[in-house]
Amino acid sequence: MTTKLFGEPVQRREDPRLLTGNGRYLDDLGREALAAAFVRSPHAHARVRDIDVTAALDVEGLVAVYTWEDLPERVGRALPLLIPHPALTHGRTAYPLARDVVRHVGEPVVMVVAADRYAAEDACALIEVDYEPLKPVVGLEEAVQGAQLVHEDVPGNVGAHLVQEVAAADGRGAREAIETAPHTLAFRLDIERSASMPLEGRGVYARWDGRDLRVYSSTQTSTSVRMAVAAALGLPLPQVEVIAPDVGGGFGVKIVHPWPEEVLVPWAAMTLGREVKWTEDRREHFISSAHERGQVQYVRVGFDDDGRVLGLDVTILHDHGAYTPYGIIVPIVTSTQLLGPYKPGSYRVEFTAVYTNTVQVTPYRGAGRPQGVFCMERTMDKIARYLGKDRTQVREANFIRPEEFPYDQKMTFQDGRPLIYDSGNYPEMLRMIKELIGWDSFEAGPGRGIGIGCYVEGTGVGPYEGGHVQITSDGRVHVSTGLTSQGQGHETAFAQIAATELGVPIERVSVVTGDTRRFGYAVGTFASRAAVVSGNAIALACRKVREKALRIAADALEANPADLEIADGVVHVAGTPSAAVPLSTVAVLANPLRYAFDEETAKATQFAGAAAPDRPPVAEGEEPGLEGRDYYSPIRSTFAAGMHAAIVETDPDTAEIKVVRYAVVHDCGRLINPMIVEGQIHGGVAQGIGGALYERMVYDQHGQLVNASFMDFLMPYATEIPHVETGHLETPSPLNPLGVKGAGEAGVIPVSAVIASALEDAEGIEVNRMPISPSELFELRAARMG
Amino acid sequence: MKPPPFAYHAPRDLVAAVRTLAEVGGKVLAGGQSLIPMLNMRLAAPEHLVDINRVAGLDEIEVTPAGVRVGATARHADVEAAGVHPLLTRALKLVAHPVIRNRGTVVGSLVHADPAAELPAVLALLDGRVRLARWDGDGVAVREVPAADFFVGPMESAVEPDEVAVSAFFPALAPGSGFAFEEVSRRHGDYALAGVCAVVTARSAKVACIGVGPVPVVVELGEAWSDWRAAAAVVRAATDPEGDIHASAAYRGHLVGVLAERALREAAREGAAARGA
Repeated sequence: MTTKLFGEPVQRREDPRLLTGNGRYLDDLGREALAAAFVRSPHAHARVRDIDVTAALDVEGLVAVYTWEDLPERVGRALPLLIPHPALTHGRTAYPLARDVVRHVGEPVVMVVAADRYAAEDACALIEVDYEPLKPVVGLEEAVQGAQLVHEDVPGNVGAHLVQEVAAADGRGAREAIETAPHTLAFRLDIERSASMPLEGRGVYARWDGRDLRVYSSTQTSTSVRMAVAAALGLPLPQVEVIAPDVGGGFGVKIVHPWPEEVLVPWAAMTLGREVKWTEDRREHFISSAHERGQVQYVRVGFDDDGRVLGLDVTILHDHGAYTPYGIIVPIVTSTQLLGPYKPGSYRVEFTAVYTNTVQVTPYRGAGRPQGVFCMERTMDKIARYLGKDRTQVREANFIRPEEFPYDQKMTFQDGRPLIYDSGNYPEMLRMIKELIGWDSFEAGPGRGIGIGCYVEGTGVGPYEGGHVQITSDGRVHVSTGLTSQGQGHETAFAQIAATELGVPIERVSVVTGDTRRFGYAVGTFASRAAVVSGNAIALACRKVREKALRIAADALEANPADLEIADGVVHVAGTPSAAVPLSTVAVLANPLRYAFDEETAKATQFAGAAAPDRPPVAEGEEPGLEGRDYYSPIRSTFAAGMHAAIVETDPDTAEIKVVRYAVVHDCGRLINPMIVEGQIHGGVAQGIGGALYERMVYDQHGQLVNASFMDFLMPYATEIPHVETGHLETPSPLNPLGVKGAGEAGVIPVSAVIASALEDAEGIEVNRMPISPSELFELRAARMG
Repeated sequence: MKPPPFAYHAPRDLVAAVRTLAEVGGKVLAGGQSLIPMLNMRLAAPEHLVDINRVAGLDEIEVTPAGVRVGATARHADVEAAGVHPLLTRALKLVAHPVIRNRGTVVGSLVHADPAAELPAVLALLDGRVRLARWDGDGVAVREVPAADFFVGPMESAVEPDEVAVSAFFPALAPGSGFAFEEVSRRHGDYALAGVCAVVTARSAKVACIGVGPVPVVVELGEAWSDWRAAAAVVRAATDPEGDIHASAAYRGHLVGVLAERALREAAREGAAARGA
C-alpha cells in the first residue's frame, strides 16, 4: 500500500457528509437560540429622522429591539476599514446600524430579537422609520458628475485615485509610446455588476456563558472575526472563540468582516444572556452584503506591425458602491493583473473609485481580474483584427518567454509587494490550448465562432498561515490550520499532504480548519491561497513531526535516524522491515507519563524502564508529545496562469447563444489533487459563464435593485453549462517547498473575455460590454444593419 | 423571508372548502409554487389560507373523447405522466423543473395567470374552460368560465375572492390536427421571454402567444396558409410586447414572429403527417 498521495486524484473525503445532507451549516446550529432580524432601509439614500418601535412591542415572542442609539460606544463605532491604502484618501465604512444616513437599499437600521424568525419579522414589519429621502447617486456616470454626494464629506464621490506607470526601456511613458506607435486603437469596455452569491448566505450564532463568548459564523476568516469581535465588545481575546462550521460557499463575500451582524449578534447574546442567531435570507444577501465587477475601462493602445504592444494606457472607473470596507483591492488587482502573460513596452493605468448609493463592492472570486483580463484580451483581439492576424499569433508576440522568469512587471501587487512572476511557460500553454480546442482546424461560419482568453493570477498571498500536526498514541494524525473551508476540499488536499509527508495512510489523517480553538493564528481563505500558504505550512509542520518521530524511533530501535523511513504509519530501518516501531508507539514514547490509561501508554510510565535515569524525562530543548507547528510566510505571491478557449453558436433568428465547447489549460504548479483542481475549474467556469451570459445587478434610477431574487437574477443552471475539457501544465513554483500555486479562482477569470472573443468571431460584430443576453445580441445585430 | 401570521384551514371536502372561503375570505392554497414565495416575501398577507390539498376527489384527471378535465390538485407531473393530451403534455415539459412540477398544479397555474406561462396559452388556444365553485348560502354553486373570459390581465383571472377553481377542461385536438409549442427562455425551465403554441388542421390554423401581452394572445389564422412567414407576420402584428430587464420590446416582437413561424411550420408538418398527407 502506498502512502504517496500528493498528486493523486483522491476522492473528496468531505463529500459523503456534504452530499447526503449531513453537513452542519450555520443554520443547523443553535436550534434553541433566539432569532434576530433586521429592519433594512427601503431607500437608496435617506436621512433617518425618527424610529417608532411602539407598534412592534406587542408582538408575541418579542425580546428586544435595538437602534444605533441603543448601542454602547464601542459597538456603535463605524466598522473597520480593513485594508487602508494611501490612495484611498476618502475611505468610508458603515455603522453596524444606520446612525443618521442610509446609503443603500438594504442597509440595516433596526435590530429585532425574538423567540423565532417569524416573530422577529412580524415585529420588523411594525416598526416605523421616518425617512427624509435624499437624491440617490446611481451608476458611474452620475457618480463622477459629483452633483449629488453619497457622503457629504467626499467631494466628487471619489474615494480613491491611483496612477501607476511602467515606462518603456528608453524611459518614455506609455502615452508618449502610443503617440509614436505605428498603429493605435482606442475603445471603451464595460463590465456589469454581479455578486458572489453563495448558496448559503451569511449567518452568525453566538453563545455567552457569563465569561466566554463562542461565535459561529459562516465566514472565510474565523481568526479575524475573533479579533474584530473581541475588539468591538471589549473582551480579552482568550475569552472569545470563533468557529466556521461547514460553509456553503464564500467566493469572496465572506472574507469581509466584521459584518454588522457579526458584531451585533454576539453583543445581543451577551446583553440578553441568551443564545442569539441570525441567518441571512436571499433577499438580504442581494441587498445587504456585497457586489463586484462593475467597471468602465477606457483603453488606448499603440502597437507595431507584428501586434507587439508598445504602449498601453488604461483608465478605469470603478463603482465602489456605498462603502469601502475592503479598501481598493479590486481596482488594484484589475490594474496589475490586467497585464496577464504579456510584456507591453510601456504601461500606464489610472483608476478612480467612486461611491454610489448601491451595495458596497468587495472582492468576488476573480476579484477584479475578470475585468482586467476582459480589457487585455479584447485589446489583443482588436489588434489582431486590425492587422488581419490570427488572434493567437498576436498573443504569442507579446508573451513573456519561459527563459525570462522570474519576470518583474515593475508594479506593486495587491499584497504591497513587487509584481514579479515566479515561473510559467506561456507558449507551451498556448500550444496546448490550441490543440485541445482544435484552433487551427476550426472553421468559423455565420453563427459559429471560436474565442480565446489568457490570464495570469497572483495566488497565495501572505502574510502567512500556520499548520499544527499531532500524532496521538492511537496512531491518528490530527492536522489543523486556521484558515476556513467553504467546500474547496481542504479535508482531502491537506490530508494528502500530511499523509505523504508523514508516510501514514490517509484514513488516519483528519483535518480541522477555521476553528480558533484548534489554531489561533490565520489570515483567511481568499485569493486562491489555501493550498499554497496553509498547504506549505502543514507540510513544514509535518516535517518537524517526522524529524522528531525519527529521532525517538532511532532511540528505541538503536539505529541512526538517517537510516529510518516511515511507511504505512510504521517507522522502520531502511531495508530491514523487521526493525520497526509504529508511530502510535513513537507517540507514546514522546510523552513521558506518570499515569497510564491503557496497555500502550503503560510503556511510557516512570517504572517501565524506558527512560534514562540520569536525564530529565523530557530532554532539554524537547517538548512532550509528537506534534509540530510551523508557519509559511511567502515572500510574495506565486503566479498561476491559464488559457481558455470556447466555441459558441448563435441562433440566426432568435439570437440565442450556446456555448458548444469549453476548454481550459491550467498551470497551478505542482498538483496536489488533479480532481479537486478540475472541480474548482468547472465551478469557476460555470460562474464565469454566469457572468458572461446571465448575471447582472439591475438598479433603477431610484437605487432599487429590481432583480433581487433568483427568479430574476439569472444564475445559470447545470443545463446552461457545457462540459469543461481540461488540460494541466505543471510549472512548479520556486517560491515554496511544495512548488504549488493557487487554483481556486482560475476558472472564472477569463470567461467573459473568451465568450466575447467567440461571439465576435461568430457574428462579425464588436462585443465591448458584458454580460450579453440574446436581446442585446439582437440589438447589436440591428445596429449593424443600421 | 417568513410569512406574516395567517389562520390555516384544511377542509376535507368541497362543501367545507367553499363554506370556509365564504366565511373567512383569504387565499386558496393548492401547489403553493407561487403563493408560498409571495407569502414568504410578504408580497401577500392573507389572514386566512384555505388549503384544498386534502379535499377528496380534486386530484382527478378525467379523460373523455371530448377532452381532459384536470382537477384542482392534480400536479403538473401527474398530468404530464398521464400523457392524456398531447399538446398539454408537450406544454408541461416546458413548465419550470421537475421539483416544481412535482408540487405545482395545472389549475393553479391557470388561476395565477402569469402572461408568460405555458398552460394559460394551451387553455386559450383550445377554447377550454375553468370550473369555479362557491358557497351560495345553501350549497355549492358552480360556473364554467371559458378561457376567453378567464384571463383578465397580468396575474389576474376571473376567479372571485370567494371562489375555488375546481377543475379545468382541455378540449381534445381534432383528428388530423398538428400542434407545436415553441418558446425561448433565458435559462432552461424559466418563464419564456416569448412563446407560441400552434394548432394547424387541414383547414385552419390558430396560435396562442405568451410573454407578449397582458394575457395569452390568441390569433385565429383561418384557412391554412402556404406561406407561414406571412402568417407569422400576422401573429406578430397582433401582439404588443413590453420590454423588461430580460428582453427589449423589440426583441420580444421579433421573437414572437420567429417562433410563430417555427410553431406553425412544425404544427402543419405534424398535421399533414397525421392525415397521411
